[in-house]
Amino acid sequence: MGGADALKKKPMGATEAARDANADNAAENEAIRVTDLHKSFGALEVLKGVSLTAQKGDVVAIIGGSGSGKSTFLRCINFLETPSTGQIIVNGEEILMRQDGSPVDCRQIERIRTRLGMVFQAFNLWTHRTLLENVIEVPVYVLKVPRDEAIKRARVLLERVGLGDKADTFPAFLSGGQQQRAAIARALAVEPSVMLFDEPTSALDPELVGEVLTVIRDLAAEGRTMLLVTHEMKFAREVATHVVYLFEGRIEEQGPPEQLFGNPQSARLQQFLQTVG
Amino acid sequence: MISIRALMQPHRIVMMAVLLAVVIWCAVALRWDWIPEYAPLALEGLWRTIWILVVTCVLGFLLAIPLGLAQAIGPWYLSAPAGVFCTVIRGTPLLLQIWLLYYGLGSLFPQIPWIRGSELWPYLRQAWPYAVLALTLSYAGYEGEVMRGAFSSVNKGQLEAANAFGMPRFTMFRRIWLPQAIRNVLPTLGGETILQLKATPLVATITVVELYAVSSRVRSDTFIVYEPLILLAVFYMIIAGIIALMFRRFENRVPG
Repeated sequence: MGGADALKKKPMGATEAARDANADNAAENEAIRVTDLHKSFGALEVLKGVSLTAQKGDVVAIIGGSGSGKSTFLRCINFLETPSTGQIIVNGEEILMRQDGSPVDCRQIERIRTRLGMVFQAFNLWTHRTLLENVIEVPVYVLKVPRDEAIKRARVLLERVGLGDKADTFPAFLSGGQQQRAAIARALAVEPSVMLFDEPTSALDPELVGEVLTVIRDLAAEGRTMLLVTHEMKFAREVATHVVYLFEGRIEEQGPPEQLFGNPQSARLQQFLQTVG
Repeated sequence: MISIRALMQPHRIVMMAVLLAVVIWCAVALRWDWIPEYAPLALEGLWRTIWILVVTCVLGFLLAIPLGLAQAIGPWYLSAPAGVFCTVIRGTPLLLQIWLLYYGLGSLFPQIPWIRGSELWPYLRQAWPYAVLALTLSYAGYEGEVMRGAFSSVNKGQLEAANAFGMPRFTMFRRIWLPQAIRNVLPTLGGETILQLKATPLVATITVVELYAVSSRVRSDTFIVYEPLILLAVFYMIIAGIIALMFRRFENRVPG
């Protein structure tokens, strides 16, 4: 009896293990998985159940009209906004949430945030520190990288975004485009597994948009995983591997950029593309 | 640097001539023969004024940080007492606070045996601890209110950026929030420090011999009234000027 049981169990165990391994592989390739995310501000429900999965190397562009919840969605991923309900998994690690959506463990949030390089609409460079100090701040004081090493890497990053000669300048003396490129260098300095861009060019003068988009385009080309909330439709079409159209807190339509921009299915998206295009 | 040519404007030349005339008149017409005799005491008084100023400003500011923080973001059981403290300190004369501490606490302590017997007693029977305490609390009260505004005025995006990169709360406070808050109120702090300097003569009323007390001593010893007061004014102006210069250097280090 006992032997038969063992025989019966063995193949099942093996398939389970195989399935687990597959799941592990799938999970390993997953950078971000968000399931049924809700967010309310008081009585106003901004996100009404948004689910999104980004594989490693994906560039997901999130588009939508103002008030569609796209920025809120991005900010929920690193808990700058506390979601109401839902599930967020970053690099296979689920963020533990209470019933009301508040995090169980602040340390976990801090740890996960260090892997998500965020770039803000308003740059938010620390104004009391030079560009170099801005870029080494998190590596040195949060990730405990030795200072010399952090400085060496920061110089390479600033060089990369074309600000090698501005390392010792304060943000106040730079143009918006330069500040945003420095902010991208700051985000890169933490060697993020996913980069979050929250309308990175919306606060820029039109003639400065190009230089920032060039930097982001390079990052996309080297296979970085990115979530990009943007109003630049042409740019989204060019760099994104996947486009999500949000309307009033729900995903109205999503798919590859050629399909979404070339052949939009929903009437709302068609109308949206007409008004912004 | 001011160029020589800028100084050579007619109105400036007249002003400088007037100043020179006043200085020469003061030197020639007034009595200064008492200076050598009182110079050592004056230096002692100057030193005492400076250390009282520095110590009370540093301690007061260290107290002002939690007072401001409590009022800016603290729960009610912290913000309410902090608010009351600042209001009381700012709403009552400093002279009254000094006297209440010196004559109040100072006459209460000797009646308590374990305080009389303690090792602190040799200090507590002197006047300067009460002077330092009163001036520290006063500076803390005013600066606590200033820091409340300073903490609230720091751009939310600056803190959000720190949050977004997983900076722990205390690191964020130490590296981002506090430096920016202080940077925002440096001009105010400079002015308040000069006000604190000009409040130090009040401690002469409780027998602490600082700079002002020395000039009083000269007056009562020699019946020379104006000369010590004029010299005293010059001393205070020089110290105030140094404070202003120091704060300006701090301000220029980081653009606002």
